[in-house]
Amino acid sequence: MEKDNPMTSETTPGDGVQKLHFYQKGTFTVGNRLVSSDERSVQSSIDRSNALTCGHRACQGCGEALGARYAIDTAMEAAGGNLIAVNATGCLEVFTTPYPESAWQLPWLHSLFGNAAAVATGVAAAMRVKGRREVRVVAQGGDGGTTDIGLQCLSGMFERNDDVLYICYDNEGYMNTGVQRSSATPPAARTATTPVLGDEPGNVFGTGKSVPKIAVAHEIPYVATATVADLRDLEAKVKKAMSIHGARYIQIDVPCPLGWGAASHETIHLARLAVETGFYPIFEAEHGRVTSVRKIRHQVPVTEYLKLQKRFAHLFKGDKVDPRVARLQARCDANIAEYGLLDAA
Amino acid sequence: MLKQIEGSRAMAEAIALCRPEIICAYPITPQTHIVEGVGALVRDGTLQNCEFINVESEFAALSVAIGASAAGARAYTATASQGLLFMAEAVYNASGLGLPIVMTLGNRAIGAPINIWNDHSEAMSMRDAGWMQLFAETNQEAVDLHIQAFKLAEEMSMPVMVCVDGFILTHAVERVDIPQQEDVDTYLPPYEPVQVLDPADPISIGAMVGPEAFTEVRFLQHYKQQQALSLIPVLADEFEDLFGRRSGGLLRTYKTEDAELIVVAMGSVCGTIKDTIDELREEGFLIGLVTLISYRPFPVDQLRDALAEAEHIVVVEKSVSVGMGGPLANDIDLALRNMAHPPRLHSAVAGLGGRPITKNSLADLFRQSLVQPWEGTHFLDLNERIVARNIHRSRKVRRSGPIAENLIRQMATEN
Repeated sequence: MEKDNPMTSETTPGDGVQKLHFYQKGTFTVGNRLVSSDERSVQSSIDRSNALTCGHRACQGCGEALGARYAIDTAMEAAGGNLIAVNATGCLEVFTTPYPESAWQLPWLHSLFGNAAAVATGVAAAMRVKGRREVRVVAQGGDGGTTDIGLQCLSGMFERNDDVLYICYDNEGYMNTGVQRSSATPPAARTATTPVLGDEPGNVFGTGKSVPKIAVAHEIPYVATATVADLRDLEAKVKKAMSIHGARYIQIDVPCPLGWGAASHETIHLARLAVETGFYPIFEAEHGRVTSVRKIRHQVPVTEYLKLQKRFAHLFKGDKVDPRVARLQARCDANIAEYGLLDAA
Repeated sequence: MLKQIEGSRAMAEAIALCRPEIICAYPITPQTHIVEGVGALVRDGTLQNCEFINVESEFAALSVAIGASAAGARAYTATASQGLLFMAEAVYNASGLGLPIVMTLGNRAIGAPINIWNDHSEAMSMRDAGWMQLFAETNQEAVDLHIQAFKLAEEMSMPVMVCVDGFILTHAVERVDIPQQEDVDTYLPPYEPVQVLDPADPISIGAMVGPEAFTEVRFLQHYKQQQALSLIPVLADEFEDLFGRRSGGLLRTYKTEDAELIVVAMGSVCGTIKDTIDELREEGFLIGLVTLISYRPFPVDQLRDALAEAEHIVVVEKSVSVGMGGPLANDIDLALRNMAHPPRLHSAVAGLGGRPITKNSLADLFRQSLVQPWEGTHFLDLNERIVARNIHRSRKVRRSGPIAENLIRQMATEN
């Protein structure tokens, strides 16, 4: 033991100073506190609200839990803690509030699956009429509660320009009920209702919808897509949305290890590949016009994204390359062209 | 103040006097004039401190009210018929969350076949939804019940439907005494919620409840409605003290003291029934009426007391539970159960889809119940010939086509 003691072993005076490696220095990780205070993320602050606190029952690697934590804490900071959340039925609702527990440290209301936007309209109207204009309102739900059953209420909230920030955690299916297809499920993806059977296994091509585009068509003040692969960008978009009054919509790509058939440690990686393949275009729009896009430095072939997920495994069975992989690649290329995601070399 | 005024407009003025803070409007005949009326009162500044929100569906209308009520605001909406069905999921949700929303139903039939006229089908479809349901007999009572409804809802922390017959009440121009604002303010204090969304005291509302507590949650809802059976008469008494007229309560009796036959009915048809009773009494027919105002909670004991001495009960109701019969008759049967010598119950369904209920038909019905009682459910003024022909035809022809269109065609060709 004694010979290992640096104070008694033969050392030079310089060796007595501990060599610290500030591994966060020069990086842009979200938890980095070694950057100037205005560059720090909300999540790196000891003053973060922990609005979605520990103890909830999300799966390991849940992209939705991660996205919600960053989004709501950022909204809480922007609102000075004066925030009310309305939640659609779904994973986020179920895993955060098993009776009698709640993981929410902000006033939170769950009503139904398809009415979160309308309930939020009611909360916002109540705050206005009560003269509590400092209190802000977010509505949140999964893609099923947003793009399918909740679309009518969402559209109504948009067209009235109600003062609500709606956040859709898009994991591309009904994961809470056991991985069924939604209108946000990508083509070819296997779900419980688009099984790998028949001539066209998985989800059918030529179906589905882009709710961000639908939101843009409402000409609301702010629309953005975001990803858990870029949490700093997510925070910035929530912060920007909270600086605006009126109807706002943010849709976050949140990989679901269970529903996608992916390893739980691949969540961030998959979200990043979704961006870098062009599979999930990241952009902002204001008052009906796209104002910025997140560029891709090097386009990654879509196969790298697909191969990590069992929901696409049927595309890679046997020796022949399934022609639908090319169709998915074409979809990515079309996104890249439409949003100008790649700068000309 | 006495006014010669349309029922909907009178109700709109009464609702405005209750100082709702959020009003959600979605048009459906025959409730449109009510929300139009309140909307105008918001626009012209009569009703201050109120948000009037034009929503995209009835489902959104009640959902917005749910959000507003949970955030501590007094919330109101109105609907009818298909609209109530379209918001059905939110109807159960509002009561489950214990939110004291007041909603007017301009009672109307449910399609198909599509029909905009009055009956009680839609109210009956939500009788198990955990809302209290009060039925108005006149436009004056419709006005008064709304004022009582806000107080009842907020004292019980439970939503209330005020049911008013579509067209018959909503569109009828009659003399109505519109209360004074200061009296309504005295009667109805500002809304003090028992639970509220507030950043200063964050709570979660609407959490999941499993088998370990769901029964208890439902029991407490049922218990609360049983408690409301005591409160509703008290609120009617307080109303009478302040406004000088009797409105509301659980039920009302008319000439039942010596009656051998008592009619039970809800809503505007009670006026016609009372006229019929007056005429039959001139013939020596000992007949009376129980007007049921509170359908939910259902006043079993009070009904039993009111009906105990009669030999015959005729239930006249504007709805049918297909495959069973009259739902109100079924409920009245519950009130008569376990009586030593229960009166004989006769069930009649009348006025479906707006068919007029005439004094002549009612008088015949009441006489028939004594001399030629029927089993099951009697459909008043049913065109038996045309029904028989349709049954006969559909037996002969497999592809006999849609029933409604065939009936209309038969009626047209027979004339």
